[in-house]
Amino acid sequence: MVLVGALGVIFRKHPVHAALSLVLTLFGIAVLFVAQSAEFLAAVQVIVYAGAIVILFLFVIMLLGVDKAEDLKIEPLASQRWVAAIVGLGMVGLLTAAVVSGSDVLRERGLGIANSVAGENADANIQQLANSIFSDYVFAFEVTSVLLVVAVVGTVLLARRRTGKGVA
Amino acid sequence: MFGLVVVPTSTWYLLLSAVLFSIGAIGVLVRRNPLVMFMCIELMLNAVNLTFVTVGREMSDINGQAIVFFVMVVAAAEVVVGLGIIVSIMRRRSGVNVDDLAELKG
Amino acid sequence: MTSSLWLLPAFPLFGALVLMAFGRRLGEPQSGWFAAAMPIASFIVSVSVYFDLLSRSSEERHEIVTLFSWIPVGALHIDVALLADPLSITMALFITGIGSLIHLYAIGYMHGDPKFSKFFLYLNMFVFSMLMLVLGENLLVTFLGWEGVGACSYFLISFWHTRNSAAVAGKKAFVTNRIGDFGVMTAMFLAFSAFGSVSYASINEAAHTGAIAPVTATAIGLLLFVGACGKSAQLPLYLWLPDAMEGPTPVSALIHAATMVTSGVFLMTRMSPILHASYEWAPMIIACVGAATALYAATIAVAQNDIKKVLAYSTVSQLGYMFLAVGSGAYVAAIFHMVTHAFFKALLFLGSGSVIHGMHHEQDMRRMGALRKLMPVTAVTFIIGWLAIAGVPPFAGFWSKDEILLYVYANNRGLYVVGLITALLTAYYMTRQVIMVFYGEAKWKDHAHDHGAHGDFEPHESPKIMLFPLVVLSVLSVIGGAMQLPFTKKLHFLEHWLAPVVEESEADIHKTWAYEHKYVLLVIAVAIAITGIAAAIAVYSKKKVKAVEPRVLEQAWFYDAGAAKLIGGLGRAAFDAVAWTDAHIVDGAVNGTATMVRGIAGQVRKSQNGFTRVYAALMAVGAVVLLAWFVYRGVA
Repeated sequence: MVLVGALGVIFRKHPVHAALSLVLTLFGIAVLFVAQSAEFLAAVQVIVYAGAIVILFLFVIMLLGVDKAEDLKIEPLASQRWVAAIVGLGMVGLLTAAVVSGSDVLRERGLGIANSVAGENADANIQQLANSIFSDYVFAFEVTSVLLVVAVVGTVLLARRRTGKGVA
Repeated sequence: MFGLVVVPTSTWYLLLSAVLFSIGAIGVLVRRNPLVMFMCIELMLNAVNLTFVTVGREMSDINGQAIVFFVMVVAAAEVVVGLGIIVSIMRRRSGVNVDDLAELKG
Repeated sequence: MTSSLWLLPAFPLFGALVLMAFGRRLGEPQSGWFAAAMPIASFIVSVSVYFDLLSRSSEERHEIVTLFSWIPVGALHIDVALLADPLSITMALFITGIGSLIHLYAIGYMHGDPKFSKFFLYLNMFVFSMLMLVLGENLLVTFLGWEGVGACSYFLISFWHTRNSAAVAGKKAFVTNRIGDFGVMTAMFLAFSAFGSVSYASINEAAHTGAIAPVTATAIGLLLFVGACGKSAQLPLYLWLPDAMEGPTPVSALIHAATMVTSGVFLMTRMSPILHASYEWAPMIIACVGAATALYAATIAVAQNDIKKVLAYSTVSQLGYMFLAVGSGAYVAAIFHMVTHAFFKALLFLGSGSVIHGMHHEQDMRRMGALRKLMPVTAVTFIIGWLAIAGVPPFAGFWSKDEILLYVYANNRGLYVVGLITALLTAYYMTRQVIMVFYGEAKWKDHAHDHGAHGDFEPHESPKIMLFPLVVLSVLSVIGGAMQLPFTKKLHFLEHWLAPVVEESEADIHKTWAYEHKYVLLVIAVAIAITGIAAAIAVYSKKKVKAVEPRVLEQAWFYDAGAAKLIGGLGRAAFDAVAWTDAHIVDGAVNGTATMVRGIAGQVRKSQNGFTRVYAALMAVGAVVLLAWFVYRGVA
């Protein structure tokens, strides 16, 4: 499902179709999160990513004009597709090599999927996550909240139409 | 289909995320619509999230998921700002094409 | 007392600086008196240093006064240091002495000139440079003075620069000197590479102990001789000296008779151990060039009509004598002749200046005549100078010339004959000059109307300030020979005095035929002088024989024209080729590099095409490369 959605994103001409393919991908990822006992993240993924971000994308697509479907047959920059192909294949190959060669190390270091997080102190996933965020990473948490505020304020200023700031 | 109960090992997830990442990279290079390019970047981010969760589970470390949490937050913020920029640039133009933004030509 | 050696060049330098700042304000004649006081002060200091050296034993007459360290760079250590030894003090004595006299003379001669104070500024600067030249402890300080006198010579020759001929003459002098300077510089570099030092002490020491290869010594010696040819006007670089007569007469007297032109001889003597250590034929070359120049210039002087040009060619000829002496190993004789020549040549030049002054700047001898009654002091002193240069005993010139001829005979009989013929011609043309100017018919009466509208023009005697130096110099020309009389060993004052400097390089002629029969040679010299005088009297006074003054001699064997053709023809072609190389090849390389850089930059620029996706592609490729590197590191 994930792969189908991903391929759809890059191959669909119409931006709206591409956005819907993205939703497909995100749902697939959420399912995979659940399969890995990361329930909280799966929920957040659906709510934030699939729910808010893709909607945002769709709003902007509407705003800027939908009927401009990109013509994928032509490529004005020569050799761009070749470079893309090389990059893609290279990445796949290298990452596979990395994963395969590192998988033994991973197996040694880690405790394996069989040994899931349910152990002696079997907190639920969300409890563990909350413990980690609010004790080890509380500073980062605060900073990200500031980041969100900044992002919102900045974007509002940036995209205003009237008084000059941020108007292209 | 019955007999094919394949237990996905963590390697499979990692390979999946590798492929997903590459697809996203290709998409960024090939597509010309800025919004679609952005979506491809989101694909890449998701691939990374998947990697983190997988390895975190492998290591029985909750930190992997904590990182993913923060990545999601930052990705959201980034999307907001990025779309704001795209809106403010593309509003004036009719054609929605990244190749038209060639003012930095040296 | 010798530690105050630095005062010697300091006085004229101070004078020059003060005149540079306040000269015009001091005006005439105060600037002249101030300027004259400087070399007088230096003279007093040099006399005191002389007595100090005299009080020491012969080996100790050698003191170095280091002023400051000049170039301490790696292996090269050169200090500005002054050397007080017999040779340098001898030079300093007559430079400051005659310099003072000429300064005094110039106060009278330059009277009324608008650039009066500037003249004295240049004169003081010249004396300073000349003193640095002779007092230098190493080749570089000497070279400093060498260049300085060249520059001052240029300033002074073209002093009346509004006259085109003067400006051209100054330029000619400077350029010709420069060719000689090239020789000196190359010699300096050679010396440094051979000995690691340019100081005379180390060079001469190395030459004495035989630590120097004959090849190196010959090279250094001959290169220095090239420089000497330029400075001391020998063939083929002599051609600036006759033209230098464009300068005021005190300049001709000081620079082109007594001091600057002798610096070549001085340098050769200072480096005599080098010449002694070189191949046999090297000094012979010097001697031959000197002899050839002497004869050549003497033949030209016979046909000159300008009063100063005769003396100019005579100077070239006498310098040839000095180099002939140097080449024959007679360093003491060369210095002896240098000093006596300074006396009588300066006297003759100043005397001619007095005549020119009295004739209201007329210089053509054919328009003079019978002046001895109207300018008695000038006439008497000039006649004394004439007798000295013609080689009539007991005047100074006779003794020094005879000394040279003695050594030359011992060296090579052919050169001796050349020297004799030159002596004959010298007596001849000098007598001719005296007759044309002071005796004979009063030709100036025919041209009286040419000289201004103030009624009857009559040549008059010069003011006392100009006559005083004439008298002093004439006295010196009479008694100067006493420095080195050939009769007994005891009377060889100069030889003993200069021994520490030149003894080992001096040619030893005590066992030769010439030495044993020196009185024969002495008589021959006297006879030659009298013959020359008699011949001139017969031609010009008694008019018994027709004058022989062919045009080729008057035009100086067409040397100037020939040189001009050579430089204009071949020279021009060579210069054009060099200029072409510079413009196309050298500049081409420089510009080519710039163009190449620009071209490459232009090509590289194309990667900045403004397309985001291209940049993204490049980034992605970079990321892949990095990834590959890490995977390789992990896997391998």
